[in-house]
Amino acid sequence: MVYKTRLENRGFDQARPMEAKVGVIKRADGSAFFRFGHTWAYAAVYGPRNLYPKFLQDPSKGILRCNYNMMPFSSVGERVRPGGSRRSKEISMVTQKALLPVLDLDEFPNSVIDVFIELPETEAGSRCAGITAAAMALADAGLRMKDLVAAVSVGRVDDKIVVDLDYSEESYEGGPVADIPVAVMPNSGKITLLQMDGIISPEQLSKAIGMAKATCVKIAEVQRAALKEKYKASENNGQ
Amino acid sequence: MISLFEKGIRLDGRKLLEYRGPISIQRGFTKTAEGSAKVTLGETEVIVGVKMEVGAPYPDSPGDGTIMVGAELLPLSNPQFELGPPGIQAIELARIVDRGIRESKALDFKKLCIREGELVWIVSIDVCSLNDAGNLFDASSFGALAALQDTVLPKLDGDKVNYKDKTKNHLVLEALPISVTVCKIGNHLFVDPSTEEEEFIDARLTVASLENGDLCALQKGGETPLTAEEIQAMITIGIEQGKMLRKLLLEKR
Amino acid sequence: MTQFLVENKAVVVPGERLVEGMDVVAGPNTYRDGDAIYSERLGLAAIDGRTIKLIPLSGRYVPKTHDVIIGKVFNITMNGWQIETNSAYSAVLNLKEGGSDYIPRGDDLTKYYRVGDYLVCGVVNVTSQKLVDVTMKGQNLFKLRGGRIFSVSCNKVPRIIGKQGSMVSLLKEATGCKVIVGQNGLVWVSGDPAMELIVQKAISKIERESHLSGLTEKMSAYLEKETGKKVFQGETDGV
Repeated sequence: MVYKTRLENRGFDQARPMEAKVGVIKRADGSAFFRFGHTWAYAAVYGPRNLYPKFLQDPSKGILRCNYNMMPFSSVGERVRPGGSRRSKEISMVTQKALLPVLDLDEFPNSVIDVFIELPETEAGSRCAGITAAAMALADAGLRMKDLVAAVSVGRVDDKIVVDLDYSEESYEGGPVADIPVAVMPNSGKITLLQMDGIISPEQLSKAIGMAKATCVKIAEVQRAALKEKYKASENNGQ
Repeated sequence: MISLFEKGIRLDGRKLLEYRGPISIQRGFTKTAEGSAKVTLGETEVIVGVKMEVGAPYPDSPGDGTIMVGAELLPLSNPQFELGPPGIQAIELARIVDRGIRESKALDFKKLCIREGELVWIVSIDVCSLNDAGNLFDASSFGALAALQDTVLPKLDGDKVNYKDKTKNHLVLEALPISVTVCKIGNHLFVDPSTEEEEFIDARLTVASLENGDLCALQKGGETPLTAEEIQAMITIGIEQGKMLRKLLLEKR
Repeated sequence: MTQFLVENKAVVVPGERLVEGMDVVAGPNTYRDGDAIYSERLGLAAIDGRTIKLIPLSGRYVPKTHDVIIGKVFNITMNGWQIETNSAYSAVLNLKEGGSDYIPRGDDLTKYYRVGDYLVCGVVNVTSQKLVDVTMKGQNLFKLRGGRIFSVSCNKVPRIIGKQGSMVSLLKEATGCKVIVGQNGLVWVSGDPAMELIVQKAISKIERESHLSGLTEKMSAYLEKETGKKVFQGETDGV
């Protein structure tokens, strides 16, 4: 079997249209929005702030808490029941692990930095959109970070290695599929998130990860531009 | 704050009976919902989504569809909101939105019946706060109406909903029950409280009114009692301010 | 061959490559990795000869010794008062530091400061674990009465104060209000209610436009327009 063309004639190495904006939630210390096609994520950062109960505190550094949540109407099918599912708890955990390597929280002993990720509309790749938005929100919050984190899902659809799978590809029935969310520190190319569902050969995986790294460099450009736009926009208001 | 109120102005320079602007409605905000809207009241932003599901009717009303309203005070929208199951604040918010729509008969439950006694539409309305800068009550009720106006029924494949295919049938709103929360601090009545003002509210009354001036739901809050005269004054304000919001819902389509 | 990749005063984001080459010193908020210097947080690049550093544009307040801040009493204990500092860390105002008068242990402390009171206080000590001590002993340290309090980004406080307090003086003269800007980003304004609002709006304007040049002139013009009065203008900061 052969997987021939993607929806909207997307190239196999091409992500869906991306959009990013920083400073979208006024009350937060940092916030951002990121979109891959019809998958969008808001992220808000609060902190560093007080952490209770006290036994959660770490006297040597601040801790990072992440929470990923799909809004009840964010899925094409049935309503998503509010409140955490096992899936959303796991995604919250891997999101935290994906972001932590770039952060330096030594300045903030006993405190917490909270990252809340909310998805109003999803169509595959939501954890990657969430991580990408969260990295911008953390930067916007003024935290010490040695790099950004960008994430995209790559994988295999039948005979092809593709970037940023959409729903039709995740659920493709004409052949084997593998879905591999990857988060990358764009400067070093180091990988901070890697999961996989499906069947793939080690050679294909290696190619897929290479494509993820290349795509994350492009995503990081979108992130940087959005961060700069916020602070440039505030200049223009003043004219 | 009270000394300012004496002069008829508020911390942010507004008059007592003045909503924050801009009030905006963005319908069709999320495509995965059958109907949705993002509304803003100044810096307060709320997303409301409607999902259409099917199920068995309640045995005591076999020919009626149902509605369900949920509200999530997302911790992303306010540093004081916490993760976890809905607290009493969120429950009250959902109940106020629910009551306005239910009691005004804005949705004709009979029209939501598919097969009497067997299958009816369940309209799930979910309110999610995006940025809470005060007055989530009014923003949520307003957003729920805008999202319902936007709602298109999906197709049915037998007894299952086919979410990928939408019909051309919009939900029909029989009425627009507009909620206005009138607040009291000291002897002063005002609308559309900001976060700072909400901290000092002695009492509030949410007034849901219809186009002809009839009331369809009320909810008093706050710890201070109100006199009958005060309630009358608050209702008058509620109806009057509601006209402005109703106009926005009708024109911005 | 050393090369600066960003201009002075450019907005830079975490992980951005700032300099290539070995003979530039990586100043605060930057780090060196091999041949290059990278940004470690969101900020404005400040190039000074052979040094590059970043001036942060966002981030929450972290208490520092000698800062004068505006704090809010949130609890009273046997030993003194607990103060919110608009940061992740609360402070302790010990009895002994409660004011110029001697306060006996066991005295009713609400006679001095009650829960909810705002105090202009000095930070006297911050431990490595961010335990913070504040004092009310000293000139210009007192309890605030009336007026309004609002918060600004603590990173913008130097611009709101201006060189040698020039900006605050301008605000005070133009509106007749008393204005105190805490290093922790809380601002107190007291005076005619309409003028208080003008000060608040003017300060949020400064906050938005703080990285632009000619700020003092702009603010004079703004205040003249808003108050309808000619504003006396001393020496401008010329930045």
